[in-house]
Amino acid sequence: MQRIPELFARMTGDEKHEWAAASTIDVLWVLYDRVLNVSPATVDDPGRDRFLLSKGHGPMAYYAVLAEKGFIDESALDGWTSWDSPLGQHPDRVLVNGVEISSGSLGHGLPIAVGTAIGQRVAGSAGRTFVLVGDGELDEGSNHEAIAVAARRGVGNLTAIVIDNESAWYGWPGGVQERFAVEGWAATTVDGRDHEAIFAALTARYDRPNVVVARTGKSS
Amino acid sequence: MTMREAFIKTVNQALHTDPRVAVVTAVISAVNFPQDHERVVDVGIREQAMVGVAGGLALTGLRPVVHSYAPFLVERPYEQIKLDIGHQDVGAVFVSIGASYDDPVWGRTHQSPGDVALFDTLPGWEVHVPGHPEEVTPLLEEALKKDNRVYLRLSLRENAQAYPVGEGFTALRHGKRGVVLAVGPMLDRVLKAVEAENADVTVLYAATVRPFDSDGLRKAVEDTDHADVLVVEPYLEGTSSHLVSETLQQIPHRVRSTGVKRHAELRNYGTAEDHDAAHDLDVVGLGSTVRSFFRG
Repeated sequence: MQRIPELFARMTGDEKHEWAAASTIDVLWVLYDRVLNVSPATVDDPGRDRFLLSKGHGPMAYYAVLAEKGFIDESALDGWTSWDSPLGQHPDRVLVNGVEISSGSLGHGLPIAVGTAIGQRVAGSAGRTFVLVGDGELDEGSNHEAIAVAARRGVGNLTAIVIDNESAWYGWPGGVQERFAVEGWAATTVDGRDHEAIFAALTARYDRPNVVVARTGKSS
Repeated sequence: MTMREAFIKTVNQALHTDPRVAVVTAVISAVNFPQDHERVVDVGIREQAMVGVAGGLALTGLRPVVHSYAPFLVERPYEQIKLDIGHQDVGAVFVSIGASYDDPVWGRTHQSPGDVALFDTLPGWEVHVPGHPEEVTPLLEEALKKDNRVYLRLSLRENAQAYPVGEGFTALRHGKRGVVLAVGPMLDRVLKAVEAENADVTVLYAATVRPFDSDGLRKAVEDTDHADVLVVEPYLEGTSSHLVSETLQQIPHRVRSTGVKRHAELRNYGTAEDHDAAHDLDVVGLGSTVRSFFRG
């Protein structure tokens, strides 16, 4: 984790989304350091865990963690967004090793994650699907289609992580956690900077989909 | 048997024989697939989720068949098609019913004349427009074997008989004055119009429009005395014009495209035949087009 801020800082030019990227940094680190069963050697293994970054804007933290964990060469960070670079301001799964989905338009990752989780179950895989969305992203209606579908189908190998930096325009009665819980998801809210709390919430096992709301505070 | 029934039968058989095949629906036609099957997912009335889930299934190696009424399959979740299928670089088989205006009593909300044009904005899609129920099964079986992106456009409108399908246009009539390209269910009306006008033209039949059979069209044009091509499509007029022009770019040629007119939104209900007449896609209207375009 110590090198992540340094790696992060090598990508300049997207200051608009810097706070968005910074809000994901602790969750991403805990995921790749202690939770996900995937490595640079197993990115094509059907039994791997899949992490889908739905909140594709501000991917600097994501790239920094991928570099630190050896999925991509850290030298690629310096030239990001240039013509020849595979690293853009929204990640592309065809260009970047270890990236599971191309993202950037909000509201796509969670429905896709429902599909990958069902597909893993069909294949008899022990792999799980983790998807990271923003609380502002949850304004998109497609998420709520997927929240209901995942609950009704009991997709227990799916974990959604909501980075709650208080960006949702109107919010939901009872907050983000309640929006999932009312549909039948297991739901926990944690401090988005507390690595132990994040780890405990992400590794809890349920027979239904799980959401972890990671609160990071406004504009952080 | 209708095209829709042929589709349902073929996919149900494939569910039993091919472990890659999955079905994703949004209520429409869901009752026709086994809901307790682990590879059958009905998401409810949630078309965006339908396409997103299909993209996820494809990412895990399955071959999703995605199905709904045309406007809800193609227009409503268009961005999901672009991003969750195309941009993820995965494949799926999209199968629609309803076509341009199969049930016009339901009004504009249930019409989708622009579906093929929308797919044309995205790279890598095969597009099949069968003209008879017996053409559906071979097209679908072939699509299920592959990994690519396929759109199969089913309709209640059909020709009296089936023709062999596969990539490439089929010449059903030969003439010297020019070429008429008839797509899917337009064929019978085109043949009747050509006969009625006693037009000395070649008629090509297309159940597969993407990839576009440029070689087949070029050869048919070379065998005529005039490089004049009339394209008759059951969806938005001009959808394939650019491909005809590209095909014939090396020779002076004339192109006339007919289909569902673009100039105004038709707010009438009525029957599909009423709409054919309004768009000059009935035998009378097509006859008039044949007469004026191939005059002289």
